[in-house]
Amino acid sequence: MRRVVWQVLAALIVIGVFSWLIGNAQANLGARNVASGFGFLQREAGLPIAEHLIPYTPADSYLRALVVGMLNTLWVAFWGIVLATILGTVIGVARLSKNWLLAKLMSAYVEFFRDLPLLLQLFLWYALLQGLPPVRQAIHPIAGVYLSNRGLSFPVLDWQTAHSWTLLAFILGLIATVISAKRATRKSLDDGRQRATWPTAVLLMAVMPATVVITLGAPFALDMPSPQSFNIRGGVTVSPEFFALLFGLVIYNAAFIAEIVRSGIQSVSHGQIEASRALGLKSSNTLKWIVFPQALRVIVPPLTSQYLNLAKQSSLAVAIGYQDIVSIATTAMNQNGQAVELVAIIMGVYLTISLSISALMNHYNARIALVER
Amino acid sequence: MRTPPVQERSGPIAWLRQNLFYSWISTLTTIVLLVVLAKFSAFVFQWGVVNAIWSVPTGPQGPNSDACKAVQGSGACWAVITDKYRFMLFGMYPFEEQWRALIVVLLFIGLYVVSGMKRFWRPALAGVWTLALVAIGLLMWGGVFGLQFVPQTQWGGLALTLILATVGVAVAFPLAILVALGRRSKLPFIRWICVAYVEMIRGVPLITLLFMASVMFPLLMPEGVNLDKLLRAQVAIILFFGAYLAEVIRGGLQALPKGQYEAAHALGLSYWSTNRKIILPQALQLVIPPLVNNFIGFFKDTSLVLVIGLYDLLAASRAAIGEPAWQGFAVETYIFVGFIYFAFCFAMSKYSQKLEVHLNQHRKR
Repeated sequence: MRRVVWQVLAALIVIGVFSWLIGNAQANLGARNVASGFGFLQREAGLPIAEHLIPYTPADSYLRALVVGMLNTLWVAFWGIVLATILGTVIGVARLSKNWLLAKLMSAYVEFFRDLPLLLQLFLWYALLQGLPPVRQAIHPIAGVYLSNRGLSFPVLDWQTAHSWTLLAFILGLIATVISAKRATRKSLDDGRQRATWPTAVLLMAVMPATVVITLGAPFALDMPSPQSFNIRGGVTVSPEFFALLFGLVIYNAAFIAEIVRSGIQSVSHGQIEASRALGLKSSNTLKWIVFPQALRVIVPPLTSQYLNLAKQSSLAVAIGYQDIVSIATTAMNQNGQAVELVAIIMGVYLTISLSISALMNHYNARIALVER
Repeated sequence: MRTPPVQERSGPIAWLRQNLFYSWISTLTTIVLLVVLAKFSAFVFQWGVVNAIWSVPTGPQGPNSDACKAVQGSGACWAVITDKYRFMLFGMYPFEEQWRALIVVLLFIGLYVVSGMKRFWRPALAGVWTLALVAIGLLMWGGVFGLQFVPQTQWGGLALTLILATVGVAVAFPLAILVALGRRSKLPFIRWICVAYVEMIRGVPLITLLFMASVMFPLLMPEGVNLDKLLRAQVAIILFFGAYLAEVIRGGLQALPKGQYEAAHALGLSYWSTNRKIILPQALQLVIPPLVNNFIGFFKDTSLVLVIGLYDLLAASRAAIGEPAWQGFAVETYIFVGFIYFAFCFAMSKYSQKLEVHLNQHRKR
């Protein structure tokens, strides 16, 4: 009986509050004469977006503008996750180094960057980038690389069909190498004899693509950036906004990932390492077969939340002017007043991103998790 | 045959050999790091101390920052701090009344220190918090005891950052306990609401909650009710903190053995007294370290209110460098602000580490 009373009470409160809020919203929207619904998505947005991965002009629709924003969010989140994982792993391992100075410097890094708000760090990097010289006096450390207040410019390969075939050959080689390495490991575990995998790897991943390059005669030409009076032509230029955001996300999250990696490695009991030595395993194989598989079980769940944080933190783009989904949606909100729909879209996009990362990482986690009896 | 004498294993030389120069690769690393460190320190010293400008003359048109502009790039301009520190710390709070905001800041710090000491962890602490928060409210608003009334729109700086963080945690904490209990409740409807709340809030960035609070709250309120911008942001922050804290507390609840519940049941305790007297004290004690870690994150996250136009510590500092005289001295300002944030967060982080060791003592053998 009490169970029913409590639940009915809760339901009444929730329904009451929600219907009150929705009633207010309807009255207010009616009074302000704002059209509701998602019809506005087809209208012309008229808002300029500096960075777009797909073709875009201000004459395009709101829908396209929002898609551009979403792609920008995914773009920065993807590179952020990749680079922060690499940097974080390096720092986490270096924290455990026997070299006292290296270990201390790395823990200082972690303490320092963890305890400053990310927004402050983004502002700081952005301010430093804006303090760079203009295009004419761009910093020019090595040929083809220019660092100016317009961002970082570097050369890219002049892409042609032959390059695509080479890339395809390399990817096929990579897949074949992974398969053959797995098979070799299984055989080694069966009969205890270790097999060298590198000859197959070289054959598949270097010789095969190289043959393709030579037969197709792929030209090797770089598209070099060259500074004009106010802008840089050619090559690829990364805008200061994107650069500051990515840099900030990587530096900040690497500090957290380093801690996750360190705790994962430390969680592997010393006896395991001693036992593998006693069995006569090489230290590289101890790492590969004993330490990493066990450390990963501890690392992956918190790493998943860190990836989710990073994806959400990319929304700080709005504060330094990189046009991600939040930035574009809030601009649109100011133009047409359709706050409810746009907030719903932002939330939908982030919930989808969060759920996708969770699903991917949980799938991976299930594969590496401890199989208990 | 005699065995060779055992090598010296203590003393500074042996320490250096074991920790810095134990192999050629380690020696190389040490040398490279030392060179980089020396160069960096020399640059920072040159820029921040030797070539730095500490104050500039103030004319009728405000401060004259020509001296700073002359050394820009090679020397720091700390004059921007000496000129604007009161604005950064207290925002647009009336100049003559800023002593009140200062007392508020000190009260907050006192509150943190007292709450951090284990010997004060007793029910009376809740009373102290209530009293202190009332006093803080009185000081900030004024309007009584002959204090001039200061509207919320003029609050700012560090005082505002501390208010947002502390009130946020203070209100979110009881909310989080209820939600955590609700998520483990046997009543399906209540469990469902709590899961929906936590997952919805955790799935989106805080910034979108703040935007929602600033643009959608006015739509959701009845005609004529106009919630203050600060209050709206505070509500968004409470909802955000609440969802994260609820998950931490749920972890603590899950860690308790089932026997504790069964024992309480055998004693004939009701649901609420079971939780109040037996479950929560143990569960909360278990999760104190992750709670403190969450508080650090929350403290930093309050800086996001900048995007909806509240003048917290970071936003006030940005406003200070918007002045024509101080444009281009952002780095110095951010270093100063960063120092304040760092001091708070570092203190909390060290405290959390100490607590972890302390709380785990009974598990050591």
